[in-house]
Amino acid sequence: MNPTRKRRLIIVLLVILAAATAGGLGVYALQQNMNYLFTPSQVQSGQASGHRTFRLGGMVKAGSIQRSDKSLKVTFTVVDAGGAMPVEYTGILPDLFRDNQSVIATGHMDDAHFIATEVLAKHDATYMPKELKDAMAKAHANKKIEDAAAAQDKMP
Amino acid sequence: MTPELGQLALILALLLALAQGVLPLIGAWRGNRALMAVARPAAAGQAVFVAMAFGILVWAFLHFDFSVQYVADNSNLALPWYYRIAAVWGAHEGSLLLWILILNVWTVALAAFSQKLPEVFASRVLAVMGLVAVGFLAFIIFTSDPFGRLLPMPGDGADLNPVLQDPGMTFHPPVLYMGYVGFSVAFAFSIAALLGGELEQAWVRWARPWTNVAWAFLTLGIVAGSWWAYAELGWGGWWFWDPVENASFMPWLVGLALIHAQAVTEKRGSLRAWTILLSIFAFSLSLLGTFLVRSGVLTSVHAFASDPRRGIFILAFLTIVVGGSLLLYALRAPKVAGGKSFQLLSRETLLLIGNLMFTVAAAMVLLGTLFPLIGDALNMGRISVGPPYFGFLFPLLMLPVVLLMPFGPFLRWGHGDAAAMKSLLLRVSVAAVACAIIAAFFVHGQIKAIVGVAAGVWITVGVLLYAYKRWREAPRGRRYPAEMAGMLLAHFGMAVFVAGVLLSESLSVSSDVRMAPGQTQNIGGYDLRFDGVQRTTGPNWRADQGVISVTRNGSQVTMMRPQKRTYAGDRVQTESAVDAGFTRDLYVALGEPMDAGNIQGAWSLRLYYKPFIRWIWGGGLLMMLGGLVCATDRRFRIKRVAGAAYGNDLLAQESRA
Repeated sequence: MNPTRKRRLIIVLLVILAAATAGGLGVYALQQNMNYLFTPSQVQSGQASGHRTFRLGGMVKAGSIQRSDKSLKVTFTVVDAGGAMPVEYTGILPDLFRDNQSVIATGHMDDAHFIATEVLAKHDATYMPKELKDAMAKAHANKKIEDAAAAQDKMP
Repeated sequence: MTPELGQLALILALLLALAQGVLPLIGAWRGNRALMAVARPAAAGQAVFVAMAFGILVWAFLHFDFSVQYVADNSNLALPWYYRIAAVWGAHEGSLLLWILILNVWTVALAAFSQKLPEVFASRVLAVMGLVAVGFLAFIIFTSDPFGRLLPMPGDGADLNPVLQDPGMTFHPPVLYMGYVGFSVAFAFSIAALLGGELEQAWVRWARPWTNVAWAFLTLGIVAGSWWAYAELGWGGWWFWDPVENASFMPWLVGLALIHAQAVTEKRGSLRAWTILLSIFAFSLSLLGTFLVRSGVLTSVHAFASDPRRGIFILAFLTIVVGGSLLLYALRAPKVAGGKSFQLLSRETLLLIGNLMFTVAAAMVLLGTLFPLIGDALNMGRISVGPPYFGFLFPLLMLPVVLLMPFGPFLRWGHGDAAAMKSLLLRVSVAAVACAIIAAFFVHGQIKAIVGVAAGVWITVGVLLYAYKRWREAPRGRRYPAEMAGMLLAHFGMAVFVAGVLLSESLSVSSDVRMAPGQTQNIGGYDLRFDGVQRTTGPNWRADQGVISVTRNGSQVTMMRPQKRTYAGDRVQTESAVDAGFTRDLYVALGEPMDAGNIQGAWSLRLYYKPFIRWIWGGGLLMMLGGLVCATDRRFRIKRVAGAAYGNDLLAQESRA
């Protein structure tokens, strides 16, 4: 092998190595940071069991917001058409957080509670995030099928 | 009646844009000078009509013409006049109109400053600009008409989104668009070069100042956006890896690569094809950015409700621009390859590594930003990619750039001198390590902060040593040509930026607390006493305003007044109070009353102590300044390029082809 070819070979190998490293790191980072969005009914049907952290989306149930006297701890319930999930959060809630507002909380499950580390409410009062709308519509559709089968409605 | 005139003006502008986009191209191809001469007057005419349309929309906002749907949706009687002007670009339709207006500003500037360019080349460049304008004008006219009527006319309008009612917002979009659209000039130059199969690399020299200016504007726009998010969103962060921020950051990264690649191509002739490819990517990402932000494809603070027709149009437009230019590139690029060879240790190699890192970083950001769409298409469920993905990969990719930065200017083109590099390495390392050790005593052993100081010193010493070398070696008056001064300034800006980021990220203190009136919290050596909340009102809002008096070692520093504003329609917006300083910011935002309804009582408050955060924006401004200074270099002024002879030459060449 002549020197020029050898040098080219080394360069090509280095580029491949660098690309592989970059690709591997990218995939790793992506896997670590992919957050799935579930609605309360999806969580209760066990779809979120494989994920440690995920995002919980739904509406804040009217009258469910309770603040602690001593600290910044807040508890509230997030509901969709077919389920409800109690959420616990410590900190300051966003401006638009209120009853019947669509929210997305990031966090993890602790027994039957969802411990949120971040809570987002959308800036426009009438605006529901498209992804949340879709997810809730889907949950609603599933629920209807289940309802038809079980001939009962758990929602008050 | 006037809004219809606006629409008419847009249609006329579209026709002129068609003339500007098509006729000069035919002229350049056929060697018809009359057709080529259409470019400039058509561009001027188009600019007049677009400016007219824009003026009419501004007028409608200033005069509360709520019979125009867009005006009624985005302003009301209580909105002050300056925010009514800002409301023009507060939503989708108007921001597109602003885009096209700015495109026309660039086109007119280009038409004015390209008088000395070879006629064929200049007409091709202007034609490409015309074609871009055709796409945007058609988009506005067919899918996003800002002049649509609303009948019957409502008595009052809705309101501009309260997050947008901030001085930063009047300023941020136009500047950002100046940057986005500015890349269309580099794009037009590249396409023109491909079309003509330019063998000379002179066109790169003509394109350079335009690219630099566009990049500088984009930098300023991003800095303004970051500052706005910091001051307005109430989270105290300066960068969130939000899809919209990413949308402006991708063209910035590619533009950065482009600036450096153009320098190589202009001076050495190598990397020509790469430079062309980068110009195509920079502009395509600008387009993508414009559409991502306002089309509502991605869920984000900035996105507005979308209309499927718009999505299809956008997709088609992007496909034509990206696909068409890449096809042209594939057909013509082999023709423009060439240039001087270089060794492994040379300035070219370092610039190439930098280029590689910037483009890979842009690709990484692109993947993370679009991944939710991909996941959706592949039925993987609703996914979002968290900020840690970017926060992990981006610094990793920038590490080699920061490490190699001091060496770039010292290396010679073609082949570098290893011994000189070793002595430079020794000097910058000693300086960086020494400063890091000193810093370690002040930052309580925070590794990130120490690294920040070391990185800042590493780059700064490199810049200073190079400035000194020029001072010693070059003759008076030729020591710091504008191009070099700009480079040094921008590199120094990078040092300030890196140090600011790492120091503020590691040394920030934040706490969310519950405070009753009279209570005091200590944060970062400052005592913040909460003096309760009062009611106050503004032009179109009422607010609960907290008073916090700040003392340090017993002496008064400042009074801070954070607000929680309520706008029309019960829209609540936190207005944080910031006490800015060279070495630290104090930042206070109101949460909510602990006992709902009783504003006199205890509140939840968000308190931040943010050291060196201003350095982040300071560094960005220095980079912008560097870009602008660079563009003023005398070398870039176009001398009449062998006059008509060169043009005729090209014509002859063309007709043979």
